[in-house]
Amino acid sequence: MASADAVPAGGGGGVRTASTGAGARGGTTSAGGTRSADPRTDGAPPAPSDAPVPHADAAAPRGPRSGAGAAPGSRPGPPAGAPVRAVPRWVWALPPVGVLALFFLYPLALVVQQSLSPDEGGTSVEPYAEVFASEAFREALSTTVWLAVGATLGCLVLGFVLALVIAFIPFPGGRAVAKFIDVFLSFPSFLITLALLFVYGTVGMANGLWTDVTGAAEGPFHFLTTPWGVLLAEITYFTPFVMRPLLAAFSQLDTAQLEVASSLGARPARIVRQVILPEALPALAAGGSLVLVMCLNEFGIVLFTGAKGVTTLPMLVYSEAILASDYPAACVVAVVNIAISVGLYSLYRVVSRRVGA
Amino acid sequence: MLVHSRTGRWAAWALFVVLFVPLFALPLLVILAASFSTHWSGAFPSGPTAGHYTAAVRGESLQALTTSLVTALTASLLALTVGTWAALAAAALGRGGKRVLDALFMLPVAVPSVVVGLAVLVAFSQPPLLLNGTRWIVILAHTVLVTAFAHQSVSAAVRRLDPMYEQAAASLGARPSYVLWKVKLPLLLPSLNAAAGLCFALSMGELSATMMLYPPDWMPLPVRIFTATDRGSLFTGSAVAVVLMATTLLVLLAVSRIRTKASYR
Repeated sequence: MASADAVPAGGGGGVRTASTGAGARGGTTSAGGTRSADPRTDGAPPAPSDAPVPHADAAAPRGPRSGAGAAPGSRPGPPAGAPVRAVPRWVWALPPVGVLALFFLYPLALVVQQSLSPDEGGTSVEPYAEVFASEAFREALSTTVWLAVGATLGCLVLGFVLALVIAFIPFPGGRAVAKFIDVFLSFPSFLITLALLFVYGTVGMANGLWTDVTGAAEGPFHFLTTPWGVLLAEITYFTPFVMRPLLAAFSQLDTAQLEVASSLGARPARIVRQVILPEALPALAAGGSLVLVMCLNEFGIVLFTGAKGVTTLPMLVYSEAILASDYPAACVVAVVNIAISVGLYSLYRVVSRRVGA
Repeated sequence: MLVHSRTGRWAAWALFVVLFVPLFALPLLVILAASFSTHWSGAFPSGPTAGHYTAAVRGESLQALTTSLVTALTASLLALTVGTWAALAAAALGRGGKRVLDALFMLPVAVPSVVVGLAVLVAFSQPPLLLNGTRWIVILAHTVLVTAFAHQSVSAAVRRLDPMYEQAAASLGARPSYVLWKVKLPLLLPSLNAAAGLCFALSMGELSATMMLYPPDWMPLPVRIFTATDRGSLFTGSAVAVVLMATTLLVLLAVSRIRTKASYR
């Protein structure tokens, strides 16, 4: 393969003899020159490597010799072998892929394997049958799905409204709010649940205000340990993930369109529906599907809620593996979770590629 | 300007404040307030104190902070190396190869991080690579999780890279390695910085995979916050959470300063 690659480079060397520049290597005149320059550059991955370098060293001396044979007059320039592509490009992709395979794909494969091997030994789909039959799993599955769908819808509506105000009804401090959203994204999700404990907890802010105002013995807010508490936390945490692409899309929208529409007599509601919404759809689709996947995978919020009544699939994986030490069952739930999330994520990739977001 | 009437505008802003403040500003303020108080049984916290912070920056919590910092730093650097390498290698491949590589490196985003934790735990609790119980298993899981984000942002930058620079350098006789070090990487530096900041922030806040596999002597900050709140000491947990947020923000700020310097070069 190295020699096959070396041939065009040798041809380039032949062209090179015509030009007198002794040090000028490749990329001088012809189209062949630029072509040889091109693969040389974009084939260069990070230099410090361990595996493929011996390859390059072994193959490198071969190149200049053939070049020298084609052009005996040219001096052996200092960077010997530079114009020759000794290593095929895909070889450079091997080290990172190997690392990924060892530390990510191989463990995943082991999870699948373990999900097929019950404690009694052998290989069977028995763990699947067991897990699918259990009430806890079916409940976790439905809780996970409806929480994720509900949170996604909430994030979309809320994110759209907030981004609309920031982008089109500007107010002093709007930029600071956009900055704040970016900062918000860099915090871990469980902080929201922690904060909600103080706000809506049994002795928290909202209940305290209620008892202060009405004199009742206790406040009306007890939803924190129910799925609704998780839903509120997820909507709070993931809305910025919808707002960011939306704000980016809105900033590219020509405001003249809005001015024209409104000067023609369209009311704000109609402008939003007929001008802004079509523009925002790709960003909404991309942000929404990303949030859907992230909600399906969310663990920190559910863990911090500490509610026994709210079990999602990731939570089930955790409790089966760490608390119950039932690894085959945990692996089965994990496989189901992977299937749902990866399926949705590939859908997201297809959607976002198609709409060009 | 979407709304032209004065009342309409004020109504929109009022709606914004009503939605935004309780949902986004309040949680962070509440954590900050709680970290400085001893009681919260009513509308507002009471018993102002800085005692939680003295507890939060010594002993177990300080150890958790250094653990998190070391983990995040190591994981970010490793992830950045692997992700950048993969992004550069993918750019050199054809359409099909690029797609496969991108899909492979995006996979850790789609797989739930709890499952990544479980997988790493299952795989490295058995020979040939026995890492369970060491700090390396935590660092490894974090690296796997953030590599995807590093790869994503670097490969977006590689795609935007103007090929003229490297072609010019190559036509002037620069070797591939020289082009890489002196042309491509400096041009990629701003996005490498941004990716480093992103990886660091994600790793600092990582809880799901960490809960699956942290050894007792390598407990990162989020786990420490969880154990504190799980025991019922919400106020100490809040103080540690504020420390976590402040550290993340400081590092992000430092990283963004490097970035502005690099983009002016």
